[in-house]
Amino acid sequence: MFTTVISISLAAILTNNFIFAQFLGCCPFLGCSNKVDTATGMGLAVVFVMGLASAICWVVNEYILVVMGLEFLQTLTFILVIAALVQFVEMFLKKAVPSLYSALGIYLPLITTNCAVLGVVLLNVQNNYNFIESVVYGITGGLGFMLAIVLFASVRERIAFSDYPECFEGFPICLVSAGLLALAFMGFSGMKIV
Amino acid sequence: MKTILLSMLVLGVTGGIFGALLAFASKIFHVDVDPKQEKVRAALAGANCGGCGYPGCDGYAAAVARGEAPTNKCVAGGAATAAAVAEIMGVTAGASEKMVAFVPCSGTEGHAEMRFNYTGPKDCRAAMLFGGKSNKTCTFACIGLGNCVKACKFDAMHIVDGIAKVDRYNCVGCGACADACPKSIIKLIPESQKVVPACSNKDKGARVMKICDFGCIGCMKCQRECPADAIVVKDNLATVDPAKCVGCGHCADVCPRHIINWFGKQSQAV
Repeated sequence: MFTTVISISLAAILTNNFIFAQFLGCCPFLGCSNKVDTATGMGLAVVFVMGLASAICWVVNEYILVVMGLEFLQTLTFILVIAALVQFVEMFLKKAVPSLYSALGIYLPLITTNCAVLGVVLLNVQNNYNFIESVVYGITGGLGFMLAIVLFASVRERIAFSDYPECFEGFPICLVSAGLLALAFMGFSGMKIV
Repeated sequence: MKTILLSMLVLGVTGGIFGALLAFASKIFHVDVDPKQEKVRAALAGANCGGCGYPGCDGYAAAVARGEAPTNKCVAGGAATAAAVAEIMGVTAGASEKMVAFVPCSGTEGHAEMRFNYTGPKDCRAAMLFGGKSNKTCTFACIGLGNCVKACKFDAMHIVDGIAKVDRYNCVGCGACADACPKSIIKLIPESQKVVPACSNKDKGARVMKICDFGCIGCMKCQRECPADAIVVKDNLATVDPAKCVGCGHCADVCPRHIINWFGKQSQAV
């Protein structure tokens, strides 16, 4: 059990990083990486929602969809669950933990329709993970996302002050450096837990 | 058939449950927002220009409602908004002098000497990379590639004849253009100030004479002729003291370089 958890975590954070290896959640990755602060906020929100969504969606899948033989409704149901969940969490945080609410700010509702969140719950089903494995995969997948976006934000902060051809100004240079980062993460792909 | 019905049922019921839960939760977790904050937010201009110094109109409304911010900071809304906000907060409005942006440069195309013909990206900062100054010989001149135009959210900034020109009717005085100007020449002046010299060059007169048809040469004529002693030539550049200026516009008439803008008439002079 322990080794599976470790291997799932390592895979989610490094070898199968959601952004750099599976290319899920690229939109917030590019949109929210101007500053390290916002990137951290976004990353935290993703960790939070991914973990919760994995837990709830596993239960919904196992005890409603599989029991009724309706596995083909997974995508639809998961979107519904995630959207409702994010709304609920937002309301709850606003009331119970205002400090966390203001820290996550606008990022919570933003990731309602993030494909990385939907991706993680669908992958949980595909990989036949049990409840604990699903939650671990969700949280570590979020951590991988956070690692990627914070790294990239710090790279972008440096790019802002460096010399590059003017035709690359704005998004082009950003995409080039994202590609280089993804290339760097490919170095992890040889890792295996035995 | 059974599968279709079942899936409709399951999705419908799940959706219904979630909807009910959310409705229920919104009642339980309802957070009372200060009603003043909502009213203040409604009274603001809503341009999110940042001229007040807070992150957007919501941020400013929250700060006003908490009593931390003065009520007259919404530059886009001007005096009317300040009065409305003050009324909501139950305080008297502090005087909020309407400010407008001004570009103190008259070096229009063909009149200011060019150092080189710039054809790079349409961006003042990019143009400044060549020698770190400008494409014009005058180091104080407006480059005229429109960083301020891009920054203006109110369509008040336009490039006319190669330099930036402020549309005083549209300008709300948020100062976004002044921040965006890499030459830092754009100033915010009180709208009531009638006389503004449109040049920033502090070089000696002889040099200015050579490089620009419309540069202040520091001839002191305005200083001598001003009936109110409101114009002083400092660092080879005419400056107006708005407190003393009576707005007669005499300086604009006598200036041999025709660079003093007089806003006494409805339209801008020169």
